[in-house]
Amino acid sequence: MEDLILPKNKLSDYINKIKSDYTIFAPIKKDELTYYSQIENPSDISLDFINSKYPPKSILFNQTETLFKFKHGLKAEISFKEFKNSKNVIFGIRPCDAKSFFIVDKLFKDDYVDPYYSSKRENTVLIGLSCNLPGKNCFCTSMDGGPANAEDVDILFTDIGDKFYIEIKNIKGENLIKIGENLFNKPKDQDKNKLKQIKKKAEETISRKMNTTGIVDELDNIFDNRFWKDISMKCIGCGICTYGCPTCHCFDILDETSLREGARVRVWDTCMNPEYTIHASGHNPRPARMNRTRNRVYHKFNYYPKNYNVIACVGCGRCINECPVNIDIIDVITKAREVKT
Amino acid sequence: MVTIEKITEENSGERGIKTFRLRFNDKKIQNDFDFIPGQCVMVSHFGYGECFFAISSSPTKKDFLEVSVMKLGKVTSALHECEPGDVLGVRGPYGNHFDVSGWQGKNLIFIGGGIGQAPLRSLINYVVDNRDNYKDLDIVYGARSTGDLCFKSEFSDLEKRKDVNVHLSIDKEEEGWNKFVGFVPDNLLSVKPSPKNAIAVTCGPPIMIKFVIQNLLKLGFSENQIFTTLEMRMKCGIGKCGRCNIGNLYVCKDGPVFSYDQLKNLKGEM
Repeated sequence: MEDLILPKNKLSDYINKIKSDYTIFAPIKKDELTYYSQIENPSDISLDFINSKYPPKSILFNQTETLFKFKHGLKAEISFKEFKNSKNVIFGIRPCDAKSFFIVDKLFKDDYVDPYYSSKRENTVLIGLSCNLPGKNCFCTSMDGGPANAEDVDILFTDIGDKFYIEIKNIKGENLIKIGENLFNKPKDQDKNKLKQIKKKAEETISRKMNTTGIVDELDNIFDNRFWKDISMKCIGCGICTYGCPTCHCFDILDETSLREGARVRVWDTCMNPEYTIHASGHNPRPARMNRTRNRVYHKFNYYPKNYNVIACVGCGRCINECPVNIDIIDVITKAREVKT
Repeated sequence: MVTIEKITEENSGERGIKTFRLRFNDKKIQNDFDFIPGQCVMVSHFGYGECFFAISSSPTKKDFLEVSVMKLGKVTSALHECEPGDVLGVRGPYGNHFDVSGWQGKNLIFIGGGIGQAPLRSLINYVVDNRDNYKDLDIVYGARSTGDLCFKSEFSDLEKRKDVNVHLSIDKEEEGWNKFVGFVPDNLLSVKPSPKNAIAVTCGPPIMIKFVIQNLLKLGFSENQIFTTLEMRMKCGIGKCGRCNIGNLYVCKDGPVFSYDQLKNLKGEM
């Protein structure tokens, strides 16, 4: 389908049109920070942000998810909920966050397909929003991405002034755009030029780079090096990096119960927690902070690529922005490459 | 959903071990359920949680499946309070398995200690039920004391067989015990199995495994002739929750059976 233009003052009309069939998640502002939230009113949408405080991963991979309910006792039984398959739209997702879904798809759909994630994923349309002004710690261009990368979205909106330039990437996107038919215009040459300009400027603004060439082998060579002890000295194990990371997917499973019945629940977990891997015997394969910090870096830059052929990092920079002790992943990888063996 | 058919107390005490015989409530599922020794299941005690256990019965027994459980933490303690007739949940089988078809025609030596014997029991019974497919079978098994030895009645049956060599041991002297006294790795040295056309499988506490492997290498076994099973804290059992990894391998999915030459090259924490 051809590119389109949507005047900014028609955005609310478009959102209202799709709202009747889709649950819409969009960026909203709360206390000067941006979060992805379900919206009822298109006027709640705020596109004045670099990136959201936390990624929209919680929309597809819920922070708390009831897996099934059960009843105890001699007549123990379990009951699964029906997958309601409500249709969702995530509007205004940044290309890096969209790429994160492509990355965790590989895990959640591998072998045993995770139906909780997959059913939401299949029924969600991603309307991306190009980054006109990337953040100071963004490095998506080093991670096979870019501020206007449309590979992992169904539709890409780019802000070109008083209008949005719209690129439609697939059938899913096409069907969603068709709902707002008469709101769109055809792009003029000046629109196309503006688009090119904005995309180029955005890419040039990204100043931080991470060299990931051959990183899997490099990391293989220095696993036992004392570098990891040094680099994780500062880490306090708070886990905010895992919370804010769009590709972090670790979870815990718990039974919550009252006298006769209960539910098995999946919740987010963090590998930075000392008890993450503790055995009932008391043995802990990752007893020291260094083991856990090193494991996280390796999981993203060595283990995940070994298993799924893709580095589990999108360059969103949230871990760099949030870390209370200023551990900087670009710094870690860059220094790791310089370690003399 | 399964019902507990029978509970056998293997030994008692603080870290007591019980074998649970489970039968699927749905007959068709029980008929269709198949696995290869080494594989595991996730057993749910609803309200407490789930644990990943090696199936300790052989797949040649189609009417039930057994898991041998040591009382150690929240879920296992709750399981030890169960009685026949109680209903649990089982999902699986998960994980990889012992190469029972590739090992046909070979001499087998299985070295177990304490509760580590559980996955080996599945393997032993499978081999015994398919005895002609394999050559010599030596079983080296030991525990801290006679009270800690598991599967006693099965071992006494095995000892009576002419086509199986059983070498039991206990760590410390006890009255009435006339077999080997000492640690399992030392018993192994005294048994002195030949590495020729042989496969060695060892399961047990990490410290025992370490010395058993050392001694197997001393006896001339090569790294790809030695197999073991590992364990980890697990939650999902299917390689998604991220917890049980050693390097890029998940013990629930790419294990729990590993060859020694695999482990030697694996960078990661065990």
